[in-house]
Amino acid sequence: MTNKRNWLVSALLMLGVIIFILTPLYMVFVIAIKDPSDMVNVLSFPKQIRLENFVDAWVKTDFPRKFANTAIITIINLIFTLPLTSFTAYAIVRNRDKSKFFKYVYYYFLSAMFIPFSVIMLPLVIQASRFNLDNIWGISFLYIIFGLPMNCFLYSGAIKSLPISLEEAAMIDGAGVLQTFCIVVYPLLKPITATVAILSFMWTWNDFTMPLILLTDESQQTLQLAQYVFKSQFSVDYNLAFASYTMVLAPVLIVYVFAQKFIMSGVVSGSVKE
Amino acid sequence: MKTQKVNPIYYIIVGAMTVCFFLFHTIPFIQGIFYSFTDWKGYGNWEWVGLRNYLQLFKDPDVINAYKFTFTFALITTVLVNLLSLVLACALNANIYCAGFLKAAYFLPYMLGNLMIGFIFNYIFANIIPPIGQMLGIEMLSVNILGTDKAMWGIIFVTVWASSAFNTLVYTAGLKAINTDIYEAAAIDGATGFRRFWLITFPLLATSFTINMVLSIKGFLMVYDQIMAMTNGGPGMTTTSIAVLIYKRGLSGGQFAYQSANAVILFIVVATISLLQLRFLEKREAKLND
Repeated sequence: MTNKRNWLVSALLMLGVIIFILTPLYMVFVIAIKDPSDMVNVLSFPKQIRLENFVDAWVKTDFPRKFANTAIITIINLIFTLPLTSFTAYAIVRNRDKSKFFKYVYYYFLSAMFIPFSVIMLPLVIQASRFNLDNIWGISFLYIIFGLPMNCFLYSGAIKSLPISLEEAAMIDGAGVLQTFCIVVYPLLKPITATVAILSFMWTWNDFTMPLILLTDESQQTLQLAQYVFKSQFSVDYNLAFASYTMVLAPVLIVYVFAQKFIMSGVVSGSVKE
Repeated sequence: MKTQKVNPIYYIIVGAMTVCFFLFHTIPFIQGIFYSFTDWKGYGNWEWVGLRNYLQLFKDPDVINAYKFTFTFALITTVLVNLLSLVLACALNANIYCAGFLKAAYFLPYMLGNLMIGFIFNYIFANIIPPIGQMLGIEMLSVNILGTDKAMWGIIFVTVWASSAFNTLVYTAGLKAINTDIYEAAAIDGATGFRRFWLITFPLLATSFTINMVLSIKGFLMVYDQIMAMTNGGPGMTTTSIAVLIYKRGLSGGQFAYQSANAVILFIVVATISLLQLRFLEKREAKLND
């Protein structure tokens, strides 16, 4: 086996990254800091760095509010999804042989995964407004509920491989169901919890469809939706638009730079179990 | 069989979650089916119309066009994404320089939402590509492709760009799991290059292939965000996918019941394709594992 590195493949891959990944990103950033008069050669470095674009975008799109809305939805989803779905999956896996109820619930969730979102989109709007869910709190609740089948499925795969003897030992020592779950089971589920957390975060942060149909009140809108709503104003002012896009993309890119290995392995273990 | 005692706390939490799920996922689904047999506009009174909506759907040129567009798009994109991802994954799995950086860079598009990606490429198609196309004298590239009857190819390009990240990652993980001893054995038998890939590597990637095919087709049949960001279904109706049609006509076009019928058909189509695909690809996997 040769240990020689393949420089040709490396160079081609690097070229691909530069043309297809880094150039578009560089373009977004460079337009965001340019003056509208400096757009003759789009990709050239700016003659003068203009940070007012960010200020304008910040004010015009009401960035702090949209950011806070998106963050609240994402955090609420994570806080409730992780313990609730892991316990639901745990209850199903440990009781499906004892009671038919849990078995049916499992098959119910599995079959619900075949229903694409656009199929229930129209009636969901009606149902959500009937229950006053057309705001950030309601949509957070819906994310928890809609993620349930997939997340339960991911968790149940991990729970099946846990040895039951640990739990039995805890129960003999007098620990109740919830105590056993919190102290013995949940810590052992860390790897799959990381996966579920990453996938949920990516979903709520980047989702566009559900906010579009539910969050009609401007004060409730998310970052993604705000970009869409301001599209017509942006189309005349690219520098403003790209400053706004930069502010939406930056948090995700910063997270990615520091946690890329973690995110990639999380997404892999999520997909292989699907 | 003797039923063992189950702690009530299990019933309480699972029961509560199931009720919530039923209320906000299953009931809307059933409501959609219910309304598809009425003439409801989304407001006001309604009456039963039986199968009229369904019969109408098969004669509606807009609906037929949306299905044609969506299937063509999904098929071409699935093939292209998986070809590109296989090539990228094999290259990334080779003994290369800066492997960590390159793998991370090719996965980056996964992090950006489809809407943002659509907006960025909107600008590239409108302002960057045409001058380059004119310079090179390529007619197809010298105008904004999204404004022409070839707009679908612009959306395909962007979707391939965005979706290859995930598919490549899954293939890379599959390649990593292959024991390299088998390649040495293959080399002795004279299998190298493409032959080695086709006869040895590809069959061993069966699981990754199943995952990618099923998720790709299902995802691309639902295509929505990119189209809303890039063409808004136009020019005319040429890039209106089924999901875009349901949204536009159903929510603001007064066709709530009619588009509900469209959604029911979409559900049947997607569920059938997913099930058939799973069946077929699992059989193939089982055969390869023998």
